[in-house]
Amino acid sequence: MTMTDQSYVRTQMLGEKAPPVSNVGIIGWMKNNLFSSPLNIILSLLAIAAVYFVLAALLPWVFGGVWNASSLKECRAILLEIHGEPTHRACWGVIHERFWQLMYGFYPSDLYWRPNLALVWLFAAIAPVLFNGLPKKMLLVSVAFPFVAPWLIWGGSFWVPVMAFMGFVVGFLVHRFASKMISPLMGIIVGVLATLLWWLLLSSPMANLFAGIVPLAIEEVGSRQIGGFMLAILLGITGIALSFPIGIVLALGRLSDLVIVKALCVGFIEFIRGVPLITLLFVASVLLNYFLPKGTQFDIILRVMIMITFFAAAYMAEVIRGGLAALPKGQYEAADALGLDYWKAQRLIILPQALKISIPGIVSNFIGLFKDTTLVSIIALSDPIGWVKLIQGNAEWNGVIWELYGFVAFVFFLFCFSMSRYSMYLERKLQTGH
Amino acid sequence: MSIMTTLTDPPKASFRLSMLLYDTRYRSTTIQVIVLIAFMLGAAWLLNNVRVNLALAGKDFNYGFLQQVSNFDINQRLIEYSSTSTYGRATIIGLMNTLLIAVMGCLTATFIGVTVGILRLSSNWVVSRLATVYVEMFRNVPVLLWILLIMGALSESLPQPKDFRGDEPSATMSVFDSVAVTNRGIYVPEPLFSTGLGDIPVFWNSFEISLDLMAILAVLFAGLMIGKLIKTRAIQTQAATGELPKTGLIRLAIVVIPMLIVLWMLGFYLGYPELKGFNFQGGTRLGNPLLALWIALSLYTAAFIAEIVRAGIMAISKGQSEAAGALGLRPGRTMNLVILPQAMRVIIPPLISQYLNLTKNSSLAVAVGYADITSTLGNTTLNQTGRELECILLLMGCYLAISLVVSTVMNAYNERTKLRER
Amino acid sequence: MSDSATARAQMSVSDEVAIEITSMNKWYGAFHVLKDINMVVNRGERIVVCGPSGSGKSTLIRCINRLEVHQEGTIIVDGTELSSDLKNIDKIRSEVGMCFQHFNLFPHLTVLENLTLAPIWVRKTPQKEAQDTAMHFLEKVKIPEQADKYPGQLSGGQQQRVAIARSLCMKPRIMLFDEPTSALDPEMIKEVLDTMIELAEEGMTMICVTHEMGFARQVANRVIFMDEGQIVEQNEPEEFFNNPKSERTKLFLSQILGH
Repeated sequence: MTMTDQSYVRTQMLGEKAPPVSNVGIIGWMKNNLFSSPLNIILSLLAIAAVYFVLAALLPWVFGGVWNASSLKECRAILLEIHGEPTHRACWGVIHERFWQLMYGFYPSDLYWRPNLALVWLFAAIAPVLFNGLPKKMLLVSVAFPFVAPWLIWGGSFWVPVMAFMGFVVGFLVHRFASKMISPLMGIIVGVLATLLWWLLLSSPMANLFAGIVPLAIEEVGSRQIGGFMLAILLGITGIALSFPIGIVLALGRLSDLVIVKALCVGFIEFIRGVPLITLLFVASVLLNYFLPKGTQFDIILRVMIMITFFAAAYMAEVIRGGLAALPKGQYEAADALGLDYWKAQRLIILPQALKISIPGIVSNFIGLFKDTTLVSIIALSDPIGWVKLIQGNAEWNGVIWELYGFVAFVFFLFCFSMSRYSMYLERKLQTGH
Repeated sequence: MSIMTTLTDPPKASFRLSMLLYDTRYRSTTIQVIVLIAFMLGAAWLLNNVRVNLALAGKDFNYGFLQQVSNFDINQRLIEYSSTSTYGRATIIGLMNTLLIAVMGCLTATFIGVTVGILRLSSNWVVSRLATVYVEMFRNVPVLLWILLIMGALSESLPQPKDFRGDEPSATMSVFDSVAVTNRGIYVPEPLFSTGLGDIPVFWNSFEISLDLMAILAVLFAGLMIGKLIKTRAIQTQAATGELPKTGLIRLAIVVIPMLIVLWMLGFYLGYPELKGFNFQGGTRLGNPLLALWIALSLYTAAFIAEIVRAGIMAISKGQSEAAGALGLRPGRTMNLVILPQAMRVIIPPLISQYLNLTKNSSLAVAVGYADITSTLGNTTLNQTGRELECILLLMGCYLAISLVVSTVMNAYNERTKLRER
Repeated sequence: MSDSATARAQMSVSDEVAIEITSMNKWYGAFHVLKDINMVVNRGERIVVCGPSGSGKSTLIRCINRLEVHQEGTIIVDGTELSSDLKNIDKIRSEVGMCFQHFNLFPHLTVLENLTLAPIWVRKTPQKEAQDTAMHFLEKVKIPEQADKYPGQLSGGQQQRVAIARSLCMKPRIMLFDEPTSALDPEMIKEVLDTMIELAEEGMTMICVTHEMGFARQVANRVIFMDEGQIVEQNEPEEFFNNPKSERTKLFLSQILGH
């Protein structure tokens, strides 16, 4: 039985035709995205109406506000003159007048160049991490940053950061010597001990000694004068930076096979993650002094930084643990097969890759920490929210709410939104990199 | 003649001290012992400092202050309390308030978050962009700022109680004159029982539990259980005949009708708030701090939950819904039977994490004056008694307990619902 | 006629039309992905669609059960026209079964539950009956012992056979295969192809997008070659492989049969 002959050969290939009108262009887009079904039509119209009403009330308030006024009363008077009613417009005079205080707190304005320089130095310091292909010399900038930045912000003798840095040099030399003489492990232990002893005992006297010979110093600024967004950035950055090495150690400890090390790390991490940050700040504010030898009195900002560092370290440990877990097991096995011991394998192979994978998580951690720095306003530090309360306490600006909170919220939004977009960009770049 | 060569024992290496570090048999133990000793030395040093400093300040370490009279008032509370109650009772009220705001916040945050998450996936461009704006706005501003903003809004833009007075009041009550929205809080009607069963004291007369509430809860629970049985029978019917009987209305009636009967038997009526003097009397007051905290925490956490829900649903590959569609399943059934069960596995763990975050963020109540445990124990009690160490340890202990319970439950759930692979 | 041709002649093809596609055009946005497709499939026919990647062959068969939507032309399946009417779509989907390249089994359900899901919820079959049907088809694809396992516990070849059984449980009259063996390890391809050949011998109407030319030679009545969204050549397998008429066909065959 023969089948129907369905054989066919195309002799002429067809070119492309334009699609039907309702499929493309702005009409097609609107049809598919806004009005594709009766329900969608209703939703779209309702949503557009809602957006219109909100913007109609908000935009005049924001952009029709008064910028040049030095008190709330004056604002209202000006508005009355122009618009005939004293409300429904923002009184931006408060921001105009208090902008620098919201940014820098009580920091002396002629010294603004110092924290600004520290911020620029920060970007230079992290550039080698985020961009490949920069000259190795840039790492010197990164290494110098943790010593130069505090000196720029708090001022004081030039010799203090130098002697602090010498601590690392001393430790390194001792470590080298001991490694050769005794053993590598003893080298590490003795090196660390040497650094600690230097910092505890010799650093200050040496600094004073040199200061006596060559007094090189810049004007000191007390911690109480640091405030506003500068304080928030300072707390956020030191928190993340200092928590980074601690977080790595905790993550490695948590993944280790040594029961005691693992138990200690897990205990610390779960404890910190189980309590709210405000309780840790209470500890910084009233309790930390009990744990220090009698008579020592740390600066409140330093105490807060310590607790924030502990807090950030626990969350950083979890992010890094995720990065380590994402690394294929084959990497560990290859390192072992090459004969690398634990610390060499970590340093050369495991950690560089794991940290690279963790970068989006670390940025996300930083955004969270930056937002959490607002909690220090509760223990009476003058971060931006603390400053809002201070300004509201002033007779001239008593009663200003929306403008102040709105401005602070806006700046936070700018910061956090751009950082999160950057983190998403990094994530995409890292994914295609593999 | 022995053709077997006997193996002589390998020479025993003499034990050298450096073997402690280099022999893999001893190395891990050595390191752990060193770490343990270092830790204990450090801990001992810290504890010694504490002992010395406490002695210097003339304090000791005990929790006896919990039985002292507190001398402060708490406005927002679930059980009886006055300024002659003890610090211990104040702490318990704080804990109850923390749990209250945590549960209320988690419920509303989940509801809003799931809705916004699904809206973000909508094909309608305007709706999904609006959802995105909401999520980005709330995620990128600190939660404390939202709490203070909303607190400010409630205090400044709502009418005062005295505005409700007079022949031409500038503010009126809503919902048929039963709810008053003022700048001191929202007054809502409270449930009262004219033929109620009364209260019984428990825990050595420290609490009283309302028997009316117990009766209502018992009837509600019974109704839900019977509803579950009805549903099970319906599923069995479907297995046998293929038709799934509709049980929604019956299950609703089983819950609602007995409740109404019980409420009628207990003589349920509403006590309305009325303006007397400078303030509203009667009814239940939801103070501004509670409202601000509740709204801010819900909206803030909902933004994160929306992202979790969206990621969860997007994580399920498109092929799953295509396969279900190719088999003839309609989109609704596909969502119920195929997509959601898989998405839940991805969504629930980070969701529980957000619930814990909300509970920890509720400690910001201390910034607006809501009497949660951080306010009562960590702030007021600590300042009045000067017992910093005891108060903060107890405070941390409470939060740790809550975290531990929730984490354990979540881990159990994770184990049970893991996808089985080889 | 050769042996395979004899064998194919024994798998009868009726004159009844199963699928009729007339002047079908489809665009993705502005991209013209399917151009002027005209195709008639009779009941009992086995069709293999081949072509370079991007030629639109997967899109073509996905249009048949409305996983993709066409903008111009008509598709008539078993007498019902494929339009945006939901009732028509449901009817067509119950007649047409589909197997995917990545199996798309439901990982949270056991193999048995995967198979009984659609009969219970779409056809309202009682559970016992659905399970009996499921076991029948599991035996047909030769893995009845895996009924209570989860998809993640099976090999790739077993998963694809479960996917075929799942489609068969809805008793379709037409089966569509979208590169069913492309994601499998070589040693598992045979078991899936054997299952498909058995189906063909029982008279199932099939359209199969595949690169397995041995399968085409053995089972297909007709091989369709597509390129750039249009049907370039179609013929009986003998003629198609030995005597390709278009230059493009010759180029494609030399590339895939060359090694």
